[in-house]
Amino acid sequence: MSTAPSELDSPEVTEAIQLSPPWMTIVWNDPVNLMDYVTFVFQTYFGYSKQKAEKLMLQVHQEGKSAVSNGNREAMERDVEAMHSYGLWATCEKS
Amino acid sequence: MTRFRKRRKTVVVSFAEHEADILANLLRNLVELLYDGLPPRSAESSDPLAALLESDGPTSPPEDVVLQRLLPDAYKTDDMASSEFRRFTERGLREGKVTDAKRVLSALEESGADEIALEPDEQLSWLRALNDLRLAIGTRLDIKDEDDYTTWEKLPDEDPRRLTYDLYDWLGYLQSALLHNMR
Repeated sequence: MSTAPSELDSPEVTEAIQLSPPWMTIVWNDPVNLMDYVTFVFQTYFGYSKQKAEKLMLQVHQEGKSAVSNGNREAMERDVEAMHSYGLWATCEKS
Repeated sequence: MTRFRKRRKTVVVSFAEHEADILANLLRNLVELLYDGLPPRSAESSDPLAALLESDGPTSPPEDVVLQRLLPDAYKTDDMASSEFRRFTERGLREGKVTDAKRVLSALEESGADEIALEPDEQLSWLRALNDLRLAIGTRLDIKDEDDYTTWEKLPDEDPRRLTYDLYDWLGYLQSALLHNMR
């Protein structure tokens, strides 16, 4: 995480204004977490509908990963931290 | 035999005494592991500003494989960014996991053989703590994604991993049953 002034220097900020949010939260498949639990976490933390949460969960399960949220870097780090608090394996990635 | 039932938004759970003991022991181990290797807060030493900003956490991944799974890197390829993330978040994440585990522990210790009534926020702590236990045991057993489920199910009784796998399986049942009753 960096402080606000130094972020002004980074090129991502300019991109963020023009394009879609440049960072995303990726959730990776793992052999332990139960499918119902992963769906529950997506519903509870992100407030996604059951349908959307299940779709993302199945993508994690079948394709090995899924981008579950996007936004600025700071927001994505908050999401990753939250996913870790629930025991999901998540990382931050540039879009 | 563990039983769950729903009473409006409350989930009521009851354990056999030996089950409550087993779960409590697993949770005590987890709490110990999460405290392990965590340096004291800098507020207790010399840097109150760092403590205020919560930027006094570890900067490299834990050595223990279970802790590595519970506290993974936040970036796949950027070690510097992962390290910074850790410095700001790892302490809080460990403390959150300890809080969840201790909440379950004290409920188990207080209830004895009685029923435990879980309000919604407690249900969340239970779900997370049960999940952390499953991650811990699954990592120790080295359960892999490509493993055939039946190879674990069919472990012979004399296999030293049998008992551990049964615990893992039971925790999965508890987590599913709790989730099911929350809906």
